[in-house]
Amino acid sequence: MRIIVCAKQVPDTSEVKIDPVKKTIIRDGVPSILNPDDANALEEALKVKDMYPDTVVSIVSMGPPQATDMLVECLAMGADEAFLLSDRAVGGSDTWATSNAITALIKSIGPFDMIFAGRQAIDGDTAQVGPQIAEKMDLPQVTYVQEFSISEDKKTVTVKRQLEDGYEEIKVNTPCMLTCIKELNTPRYMRVNGIVNACKKDAPIFVKSAKDVEVDLTTVGLEASPTHVFRSFTPAPKAPGMIISGEDEKAQAQALLCKLKEKHAI
Amino acid sequence: MNFQLTKEQEKVRELVRKFALAEVEPIAADIDKEHRFPMENVQKMAQLGMMGVPFPAIYERRERGKDPVSYPIGGAGADHICYAITVEELARVCASTAVIVSAHTSLCCWPIYEYGTDEQRKKYLPDLLSGKKIGAFGLTEPNAGTDASGQQTKAVDMGDHWLLNGAKVFITNGGYADTFVVFAMTDKSKGNHGISAFIVEKGFKGFSIGKTEDKLGIHASSTTELIFEDCVVPKENLLGEVGKGFKIAMSTLDGGRIGIASQALGIAQGALDVTVDYMKSRKQFGKSLDKFQALAFEVAEMKTRIEAARLLVYKAAFLKDQHKPYGPAAAMAKYYAAETAMYVTTKAVQLHGGYGYTTDYPVERMMRDAKITEIYEGTTEVQKMVISASVFK
Repeated sequence: MRIIVCAKQVPDTSEVKIDPVKKTIIRDGVPSILNPDDANALEEALKVKDMYPDTVVSIVSMGPPQATDMLVECLAMGADEAFLLSDRAVGGSDTWATSNAITALIKSIGPFDMIFAGRQAIDGDTAQVGPQIAEKMDLPQVTYVQEFSISEDKKTVTVKRQLEDGYEEIKVNTPCMLTCIKELNTPRYMRVNGIVNACKKDAPIFVKSAKDVEVDLTTVGLEASPTHVFRSFTPAPKAPGMIISGEDEKAQAQALLCKLKEKHAI
Repeated sequence: MNFQLTKEQEKVRELVRKFALAEVEPIAADIDKEHRFPMENVQKMAQLGMMGVPFPAIYERRERGKDPVSYPIGGAGADHICYAITVEELARVCASTAVIVSAHTSLCCWPIYEYGTDEQRKKYLPDLLSGKKIGAFGLTEPNAGTDASGQQTKAVDMGDHWLLNGAKVFITNGGYADTFVVFAMTDKSKGNHGISAFIVEKGFKGFSIGKTEDKLGIHASSTTELIFEDCVVPKENLLGEVGKGFKIAMSTLDGGRIGIASQALGIAQGALDVTVDYMKSRKQFGKSLDKFQALAFEVAEMKTRIEAARLLVYKAAFLKDQHKPYGPAAAMAKYYAAETAMYVTTKAVQLHGGYGYTTDYPVERMMRDAKITEIYEGTTEVQKMVISASVFK
């Protein structure tokens, strides 16, 4: 069995710089981490591997060459191999273009039984790439997975999908795409011997170009992206709200009216 | 010259720091207060490979004219700088947890790895390096501390086994260890050359653990007596050759000093970190403490000494990795890092004022913990003996 895990390297801080032209985040020089939801995705894949040791856990990612740092972490946690699509041609991709690129990367590495992805990345917060990959690969998908189990014949998985006020229990045929949330599990630590092996020159980290994965270049990169970030900024903190108390509705309405007049709102 | 850590070393720091902050720091004050050995964290560290950091997964030996030898021993395969970083990062939040790893690794695993027979390595190292078993080292006696040659524990060759009689004191990990490297006099007339080393297992007939010491600091580390009353040690548990015990002990302590120096470095760094945070938030006379130049200069002094200590520690570890002589370098690292730990933690308490003297802040624990680094595995005075002897040789 092979499980693909989509992982993204993200900046480890909210104090990030924004590229004035591309309106995207400048990642150089900012401490980077494995995206937290992706760590949950990897953990779930590794739990399956703990149960069925012949499982191969393959990481796929897209990003600059230094994203291999994050892939080292994935291998040190227990993943078997990692593929990084790193190419100027895919730089500046929005979610649509990114999912085109990652779909091509996944297709290039062969058959699989499941794809685990994090719900969303903490830098973009879109939660779109996982579902888009599923659509483009014509896979059934379940988002917001908070509980997971796999049938003995490994042909179906049963998941609990988090809703605002409860959960849905869904049975899905493999191959499928599941996007994971932090409630699913607690990601394991790296292991020292895992780090040693992942840092070796012959560690199974494979950096691929756009050409290697035969992606249609008109569907990736900044130019091909239908959405453009208009402006990236840190929102100003909102002033705290106020609860107006009073004896009855009339008194409360009067107090509200006074406040609004004070503020010249009416 | 390259002062850049490798990716492997950086990742080991990332791992141990993450582990230390999530698992060790939250209980550090409690286990200090309760004098409790943190077995749960030792088991977690074992799973992560932190109990066998600087040993290979596979033992390999090639000698001219002989068949190459190779067998698994289960080490993590990292270098001694990774080991130093591991101990440092643990000590940053809990000096007790750090010394559990250091004594186990440097004082028990290393001499078995270095001086053991293939049979001994195969028998003991897999369980020790995977952390299934904990190791300890028994050299010090009531009348043989710095003067380790005054060993009164005796080992008598009984033909098919050794018989040990005597007692050891101040043994780190004593109450929880399964495997002990123990030194005893096999021929008193030969002085230092009459000392031999043995591997003793918990449960050997005639071997028991004596009283547990009540200490100033490192409360969560187990420090006990070891008692040997007609203790039967199998012949094959002699470590190295008869009469080579003193050499084994001294070379083991050379490496152990890298571990303790790393512990001292970590304590100092931890104390500086919490002091910096405190100074930024604590306001007096209308401004935070870091805005007072006299106090900020204290921090400059602390930081500089820590950086100097770090360079000495990593250099000693580097020399060990390069298979170059590292005894004097380890002694300098241990001497300076220990003094730095004492200096920095004392200043840290001072900069915290009255709060620093209470158990509400970790610096009082760090100051108590720092003191032992100037004493065990060779006092500061012993380090100066080693250093000066290397100068005047």
